[in-house]
Amino acid sequence: MSNVVEHDTPPATHGGNAPAGRLSAIRWRSAGIIVPFGALFLLLSVTSRPFLSTTNLLNILDQQASIVIMAAAGTLVLVSGAIDLSVGATYALAGVVAAQLVPHTGIPVALAAAVLVGLLVGLVNGVVTTYFRINALIATLAMSFIISGLANLVTDGNLLILTDSPDFANIARSAFLGVRSSIWITLLCVVAFGILLSRTRTGRYLYAVGGNAEAARLSGVRLNRVRVAAFMVSGLAAAVGGVIDVSRVLSAQSTSGATLTFTVLAGMVVGGTSIMGGEGAVWRTTIGVLFIALVGNGFDLLGVNPLYQQITLGIILLLAVGLDAWSRSRR
Amino acid sequence: MAVESVRDLQVELLGIRKHFGGAQALDDVSLRVAAGTVHALVGENGAGKSTLSKVCAGVISPDSGVVRAGGEDVVFRSPRDALARGIATIAQELALVPGLTVEQNVFLGAEPRRGGLLDRKALRRRYDELAEHVGFDLVPDSPVSSLRTADQQKVEILRALSSGASLIIMDEPTAALSREDTELLHDTIRLLVSGGRSVLLVSHFLSEVLELSDEVTILRDGRLVRTSAAADESEASLIDGMLGRSLDSVFPGLPPAPAESASIVLSAVGVHAPGVRGVDITVRAGEIVGLAGLVGAGRSELVMALVGASRVRSGEVTIDGEPVDVRAPSEAMRSGIALVPESRKEQGVVPLRSVEENATLASLATFSRAGFVDRRQERAAAGAVLESTRVRAASPRAPMSSLSGGNQQKVLFARALLCGPRLLIADEPTRGVDVGSRRAIYDLLVEQARAGLAVLVVSSDIEEVIGLSHRVLVMRGGRVTGELTGADITDENILTAAFLDTDTNKGADS
Ligand SMILES: Nc1ncnc2c1ncn2[C@@H]1O[C@H](COP(=O)(O)OP(=O)(O)OP(=O)(O)O)[C@@H](O)[C@H]1O
Ligand SMILES: [Mg+2]
Repeated sequence: MSNVVEHDTPPATHGGNAPAGRLSAIRWRSAGIIVPFGALFLLLSVTSRPFLSTTNLLNILDQQASIVIMAAAGTLVLVSGAIDLSVGATYALAGVVAAQLVPHTGIPVALAAAVLVGLLVGLVNGVVTTYFRINALIATLAMSFIISGLANLVTDGNLLILTDSPDFANIARSAFLGVRSSIWITLLCVVAFGILLSRTRTGRYLYAVGGNAEAARLSGVRLNRVRVAAFMVSGLAAAVGGVIDVSRVLSAQSTSGATLTFTVLAGMVVGGTSIMGGEGAVWRTTIGVLFIALVGNGFDLLGVNPLYQQITLGIILLLAVGLDAWSRSRR
Repeated sequence: MAVESVRDLQVELLGIRKHFGGAQALDDVSLRVAAGTVHALVGENGAGKSTLSKVCAGVISPDSGVVRAGGEDVVFRSPRDALARGIATIAQELALVPGLTVEQNVFLGAEPRRGGLLDRKALRRRYDELAEHVGFDLVPDSPVSSLRTADQQKVEILRALSSGASLIIMDEPTAALSREDTELLHDTIRLLVSGGRSVLLVSHFLSEVLELSDEVTILRDGRLVRTSAAADESEASLIDGMLGRSLDSVFPGLPPAPAESASIVLSAVGVHAPGVRGVDITVRAGEIVGLAGLVGAGRSELVMALVGASRVRSGEVTIDGEPVDVRAPSEAMRSGIALVPESRKEQGVVPLRSVEENATLASLATFSRAGFVDRRQERAAAGAVLESTRVRAASPRAPMSSLSGGNQQKVLFARALLCGPRLLIADEPTRGVDVGSRRAIYDLLVEQARAGLAVLVVSSDIEEVIGLSHRVLVMRGGRVTGELTGADITDENILTAAFLDTDTNKGADS
């Protein structure tokens, strides 16, 4: 073997344009949820006549309103590297507070109180997890017990029925351009949270904090403030969701949010937001929630035993997390 | 016996190709590492050195090409496969379990067991045998997180040896090491080789490459330039091969040192913080001050205190005469202090976000209005600074994790520059940066000084300190033990001050 092997000097290449390959890889990843969603949508359109009707589709959106709103906000928390397990309880507390107040104070004050409750819970969650350095999973789990207890105190364990305040129904059920206000509120929240995450400085910081907290800190990001902000948005969203659902059914009870937290979490994860933080998008979460809703709707329309619905959801979740882990390991 | 018998392993890579997206990271590269030799791999940042070593180590599977170990064609699906063939890696970014002890890390996944339980005695025995064989003196039951980088590296080497590795791949092992630790590692490498093992060494230190290796392979833009005997190469010939052009001098000419009358930008008086025991320091406008010392001398600790990232117990810090609130990095930055941190992985890089976003992270306020990021403005500013720091990325939108190590470092430099600071602190600014780009970074530092910035450079590379500083402060034991200017800035003086024990009142510090 000769000692020196000369090769032609390669032409100097300089990075400037994005190679198609890498961009398409990124797109493929974001598309992760779109493809199954589209496929399921198509499948249901073909197999079930009533599925594609405007009524059915709007119905799905109406029913998912609170979940979409809470998941959209929860995405911010997840991206920041934390998790909020108290949203279900907050949803219930805000709902019962509004329902308790509305007969006495009227709608505006009741709404303001509910929103305040949400923001306050978010603030406490944020402060406890940052300044007191308690792990978010544990802190918000503990908070959810406390909040549920408070909700119970508010209702005395009773179901609150708003027969005296029928106007409260207008919040979610008035129609505009043939679409219910619950859907409009959802749209507004999704757009607002989406913009907050993708277009603002706070949003950028959320990704940085979740992606590498120490790097963010040394870059002058105030970690605690950013995380508290995310929790407050999440609390606010839970309150909005709670009010919408009280308005939809004109009744409220302290236990209404029991499994909601996990439905919300499932939506985010299926949408491709990583529970490891630093990654995710509001629009993907939205599609994730709707994907799960479509599965449920499909099972209903096709008359499948609802038992399978839960099993299917579990499998979807595992697949989503598995895919995430797989794509991470291949990076 | 803990140290398994060494197999004379020859590893060959033939016609390796690998692409990431549209970028060809490796294009028809062949390489042969003979048993009992050190084979060095050099090239610019992004030339494909890490990628090639990862192919060899089974971390990455090549698009095409053959890996041959001990004369047999092999296909590695994981690092585990490679290890089974006697190939182990000491990664560019260390991969230890911080909470576990030294010995637990060394035998991670291969713990001696008795009846299903960990056999602690056997663990210690095997550890001692191994450590003695190599000549390392680490405390076996101290947690790895408490060790400095140099020692963590030793743990990794021990781990590789414990699994009977014959070829050890080291990707920039000395980038984060002090001079004495570097010497120690060199001895270790020689020891390994004399024992019949071989080392594939990736390094940007050409003197190290020439001193240690038997053969050198030069890569450029993912292609093989040549493989030749180290004895036939010189630093200049290596640089020619790497860059495709020659480089007259690594260091730019310094502007004259600022006059005594030049305004003082940084003034710190009596700074006490973790690892810092009463430091006074000033840096004038237009001055580059080098901070030298051994690893653990308190240089990075001082820097962390100045930027408000550690708990400052007492001390006054001012920038241009204005007091700096050193309780949070955000406050220090607002006063005009910017930092290029020491550890890019832990303290710098946000891996999943784009290169552009990483560059603008610390200066986002400049590019936003009413809380909204003005993307066009951001893009323009990022583009310019990424250009001037010579970052090579497929696209400014590519994720940071897709950049080579040296290019990530340059992005962090860009991040600090974008803050428009009064004081620029660079902690090991050229760690992992290739010679050509190193010059670009030096040029930038000098340019900043010329523009009136105060520059504080921490470096374990004495040549860098000498070539770049108007004034050198030497630290030891959390204090400044020496100050050198002009012709006094010599290798010898720095080392003397660094080793000198002026610490007369030991134990006086709480
Ligand atoms: N996971 C990845 N995804 C996309 N591109 C990658 C990935 N890893 C490496 N690359 C690209 O491959 C090329 C070679 O990278 P590599 O890390 O091998 O360089 P290197 O020679 O080790 O550089 P350095 O001296 O900076 O460490 C670079 O252009 C880099 O951007
Ligand atoms: Mg590398």
